[in-house]
Amino acid sequence: MHYLIAGAGPAAIAAAERLRKLDSDGEITLIGAQPQPPYSRMAIPYFLTGKVGEDGTYLRRSSDHYKDQRIELVRGEVVCVDASAHQVTLADGQQFNYDKLLLATGAEPIIPPVPGMDDPRVQQCWHLEDAKKIIELAKPGARAVQVGAGFIGCIILESWVLREVDLTVVEMGPRMVPRMLGDKAGSLLRSWCESKGVTVHTSVRVKAIESSTQELQVILDNGETCLADVVIVSTGVKPRVAYLAGSDITIDQGIVVDEHMQTSAPDVYAAGDCAQGLDFSTGQTAVHAVQPTATEHGRVAAANMAGENNSPYKGSLNMNVLDTLGLVTCSFGAWEGVEGGDSAEMYNPDNYQYINLQFKDDVLVGANSVGYHSHLGVLRGLIETQIPLGSWKARLQANPISLADAYVGVNQAALQKR
Amino acid sequence: MHKALVMEVDACTGCHQCEMMCSYGKVGAFNPAKSVMDITIFDGGVVNVPSTCTQCEEAWCMVVCPVQAITLNSVTGAKEVSAEACVGCKVCTIACPFGAINYDPDTGVVAKCDLCGGEPMCVEACPTTALAFVSQDSTGYQRMLQHAATAAGLDSTKM
Repeated sequence: MHYLIAGAGPAAIAAAERLRKLDSDGEITLIGAQPQPPYSRMAIPYFLTGKVGEDGTYLRRSSDHYKDQRIELVRGEVVCVDASAHQVTLADGQQFNYDKLLLATGAEPIIPPVPGMDDPRVQQCWHLEDAKKIIELAKPGARAVQVGAGFIGCIILESWVLREVDLTVVEMGPRMVPRMLGDKAGSLLRSWCESKGVTVHTSVRVKAIESSTQELQVILDNGETCLADVVIVSTGVKPRVAYLAGSDITIDQGIVVDEHMQTSAPDVYAAGDCAQGLDFSTGQTAVHAVQPTATEHGRVAAANMAGENNSPYKGSLNMNVLDTLGLVTCSFGAWEGVEGGDSAEMYNPDNYQYINLQFKDDVLVGANSVGYHSHLGVLRGLIETQIPLGSWKARLQANPISLADAYVGVNQAALQKR
Repeated sequence: MHKALVMEVDACTGCHQCEMMCSYGKVGAFNPAKSVMDITIFDGGVVNVPSTCTQCEEAWCMVVCPVQAITLNSVTGAKEVSAEACVGCKVCTIACPFGAINYDPDTGVVAKCDLCGGEPMCVEACPTTALAFVSQDSTGYQRMLQHAATAAGLDSTKM
């Protein structure tokens, strides 16, 4: 059995290792486009701050790991998938046959259609190579404009502040991290950033970037212009699927997969940021593009590829945690609420603390928090197990902070009933 | 056969000595906030529930870590955090459905129970039989496993 995996990120590695566990004899080949050993984009912000060196971003620490696991790494980029012939073609012309194929080609940054983006002082922050260029440009005292305050933008923001650059953030959405935080949480995060000396614009778009040899002029649609030595673009990502354009594989937002992580083509599976898989909260498919979903996708896809798992996947719970200059924010599931549901809220702006819980009947379905970092995982436990909260719902509504107690309490009550 | 930390709710008096010793072992201070063993007290002390990491076999924290900072200690069976490798991204803290791994802003890395290398200090500190470190084939451990699986409704091997 030859398992071929296109991609070398977290979903790909999780799948490869799971496949090895389930099928000790199978041949596993991983095709990655980056020059480094498989690394984690999640670790790049910490590479930027200097907390870790380049090797600290690698997904696996031992250089012999892949050899020990008998996972063959091939450097290259998949440009064509011929599902009927069970064959893929790389950019350099190499061809590989497979029995089972996993598409884990990840995401790529969205480049806003703005004039002036081609100046070398305008940088993405996506690959390790981008991070190295930014380190060169973001010298202490430099003026930096970061376009976009989404997940990635809010995590890398800290690295500019630590590098002592003079930072302005421009976000076109109505608040920071609009896809993860509600109004109050997003506003708290904004005022926190401002208290740390960061200038934040929301509901503002960049119209153009004009360059001279001395500096860049970032022209905003509110009439203002920001002067900058470096512009960092983090305006979101999209699934990297262009190479499938001529294939029969169904693409919507991403590569559409079923409850077995299988695409519309036989023997072709997809996982991670490129995949549009089942969402636990909605029962529909969605592209999450977050690490927990990527690793879970990889493991579930591998189990199905190895034929070890015929039970349908329940879907992944969308969740995220951000640390922005020391303020931790998180979101889980249906944080915007569900029809016919109700909620509980605790808002303490003076301490930058906020909790919002969303219920459907007496089951927790979503949450947002700001300023908390203890026992956050119980939110996943409560949501994913759909355990009835019973009398704990009223207690949570009176005091949303008592989440960890509620988690222990409802499980203890469930045990005593057995 | 690894040994396992077994928690018996009925025997816990809520004295918090385990939390004290845990934090002393981990950070050298008697500070329950730094303990990775937690006692939750209900109904004014009628029910006291000890909880910590149960070292799940295919641990969510370990699987989700983007830099392999959480690894299996094959001698003790514990999932251990390498403070050198941990970047502090916190993704494990939302992935663990038990809330048993937490970020410590003072260190910039996450902390969880590591069974103290095979001699858990909480067990030594416990004046009753609420905490015990026993063989994994003991009935107490099997019962706790069953509780964890059914109460949590999650099975990491089938996720």
